[in-house]
Amino acid sequence: MLSRTADNLYWLARYVERAEYLARILEATQRLTALPLAYVGESNEWESAVATAGCANAFYAVFPEANEENVTDFLAFSTDNPSSIRSCFEAARTNARAVRTALTMEMWDAINGTWLELKRYGNGPTSREELSRFLRWVQESSLLFDGSAYRTMLRNDAYSFTRLGVFMERADNTARILDVKYHMLLPAHEHVGGPLDYFQWTAILRSVSALTSYHWVYRESLKPWLIADFLILKEEMPRSLASCYENIVTHLDKIASAYGRQGPSQRLARGIRTRLQNSRMDEIFQTGLHEFIQSFIADNNRIGATVSQQYLT
Amino acid sequence: MAVAFDEMTGQDGTIRPAYKELSSWLGEVRPDVLDYRRREAELLFRRIGITFAVYGEADSQERLIPFDVIPRIISASEWKLLSRGLEQRVKAINAYIKDIYGKRESLRAGIVPEDLVFQNPVFRPEMNGQKVPHDIYVHIAGIDIVRVDSETFYVLEDNVRTPSGVSYMLENREIMLRLFPELFSRHRIAPVENYPDELLATLQSVAPHSAAAEPSVVLLTPGVYNSAYYEHSFLADKLGIELVEGRDLFVKGEEVFMRTTQGPKRVDVIYRRLDDDFLDPLAFRPDSALGVPGIMSAYQAGNVTLANAVGTGIADDKAVYSYMPEIVKFFLGEEPILKNVPTYRCREEKHLTYVLDNIEQLVVKEVHGSGGYGMLIGPTADKATIAAFKSKLKSQPANFIAQPTLALSTCPTCVDAGIAPRHVDLRPFVLTGKDKVRIVPGGLTRVALKAGSLVVNSSQGGGTKDTWVLDS
Repeated sequence: MLSRTADNLYWLARYVERAEYLARILEATQRLTALPLAYVGESNEWESAVATAGCANAFYAVFPEANEENVTDFLAFSTDNPSSIRSCFEAARTNARAVRTALTMEMWDAINGTWLELKRYGNGPTSREELSRFLRWVQESSLLFDGSAYRTMLRNDAYSFTRLGVFMERADNTARILDVKYHMLLPAHEHVGGPLDYFQWTAILRSVSALTSYHWVYRESLKPWLIADFLILKEEMPRSLASCYENIVTHLDKIASAYGRQGPSQRLARGIRTRLQNSRMDEIFQTGLHEFIQSFIADNNRIGATVSQQYLT
Repeated sequence: MAVAFDEMTGQDGTIRPAYKELSSWLGEVRPDVLDYRRREAELLFRRIGITFAVYGEADSQERLIPFDVIPRIISASEWKLLSRGLEQRVKAINAYIKDIYGKRESLRAGIVPEDLVFQNPVFRPEMNGQKVPHDIYVHIAGIDIVRVDSETFYVLEDNVRTPSGVSYMLENREIMLRLFPELFSRHRIAPVENYPDELLATLQSVAPHSAAAEPSVVLLTPGVYNSAYYEHSFLADKLGIELVEGRDLFVKGEEVFMRTTQGPKRVDVIYRRLDDDFLDPLAFRPDSALGVPGIMSAYQAGNVTLANAVGTGIADDKAVYSYMPEIVKFFLGEEPILKNVPTYRCREEKHLTYVLDNIEQLVVKEVHGSGGYGMLIGPTADKATIAAFKSKLKSQPANFIAQPTLALSTCPTCVDAGIAPRHVDLRPFVLTGKDKVRIVPGGLTRVALKAGSLVVNSSQGGGTKDTWVLDS
């Protein structure tokens, strides 16, 4: 298959996944800021939302201050922000159009329909209710696209490249939340936090759609180190770093066996997965949660570059 | 202007045999049903994403070409005549291009004036003495045909560079089959769906000698911003070949390769939908970012086949068009089966005088124009426009040709006020391979949706119809 086609498929999937993540961040932040001050403290949650979205520099180049209006506009609708939800859907559709022949009818329908529908929202909703509907719609659109890819694509290299896009983006997103909120998850907060921490923790879980599943796995009330364990090491949790790398290794192996050749991407990915499999949470806390996450983000970026070099150019 | 010939009701108002069933169906079908289907068709087109871009229109980056649900019908005997004529014409065109880049006998014999060839910007000196596989230059031709009465078809224009529109022929049929199955069961209509197979067979048959047993064929597109991008991706999909852009290809050791996830892969045949000018920045326009540096060297070494060949523009230029009847006679020794529209070459003193004197009855066309741009329709133009055109004519007569305003035939068409006759033309597609010429029975019928309008170009508000060739 053409390298450019693989590249377009990979980015198509990444952009759709990113749009969904941004919608979750906005939703979680909106909930958090709706609580009375006594429950969440003085911290600026909108500032934190910009940081978790990974676009603080770009944001402060346009806006002097992080508040609900500015952040919502920037993360959801801004055309200045190349990673806003709108820009993500635009970019996804551009990528899709460039590789129409590699998409199934259902995938094209999903992304083209989303793009057409996006125009209806114009420059943003006029009310909170409408914004909520919009954020829900973004997540549904992503589910629709992901589902149609899962159910209709041939299981060949094209499929593996779209899956790689999904899981690389997802790993990056989960790591980014951990990077911004790591201090909330340190065992030092063990004093079974006040309500202050509790709502922060639920917000973290909500932004990776893991609030309900946490209870199913641990059957315990929220504990910060368990949340960290859940998001980093639990393979059952579909947005954990371990689960993402399980999938990345699987799909890189499928590509390698289809092409009859292993390469640097496969080796690198297996290395990262092994490290995640052999880690225990108490060790990670001992050597430093923050350092662990930062080195993971660097590794994840490195593998993105390696995949790109090996297959996509 | 004479009253136009209507393909359904003929000259005298009696329903012509090919339209008998359609006419009685149109009498039975309720207007609201027709209208409902019409909207359904539009919805289908938009969902599939069959759009085209109009250059210079800022807001409407992707637009639909209006589709008319009433088919245009051609009888079996009419089609037989047309396809014989088309095959003859394309054969002559191939022989002529070979001659221009080879022995130039037609120039020595005075069939075509030399300056029309050598001073023509589409003439490619790089092609002089260049061999192409099986002497085929034009693998895919789209010949525009108009009809003026029950007997006469004219060739309006030969398109032998990168003709487009075939995706509409195929999609229009698919949509009609979906919307009007009952109408199909009342006719015997020759299928067109084998076009992609015929095209692939044609392209494979002209692979270079150095190609592998199963030659690798690709479609080269200028990219998503090209007005015909939808067609490019549609055809690549139907043919099962890679849709490549210039940046996906590179040249090494006078061979062309594409960048794939498994490393470089050799390319043997390129169905290119990119104009000569942009093909190779090293040979033609140096500012072209769409082409492939060095591709001409691989082409000249005979390691890759370009379809169509480079330099075919010298055969479909509007100035050369008027010499086509002589070209057919000279190369094939036959009388042309399809006539040319009588054409005045303004480069000739005598013709220019006639054109200036009779401009109100004529259509004046720019020699290098296309898409209906740069054209004057005498009978409908106002005085100021005519005066402006006259002065252009006098200062650069060689840039123009003129033709009588033809009463193009009409077909029943759905318009806001109901069903009314509208002018149509026809673009059938002629495929020339090593083994034979293939013409799928049908083509793209374009229709001028405005009452009285003769301009069928999609960039100027024209629509399309499904074209039915009756099997018996």
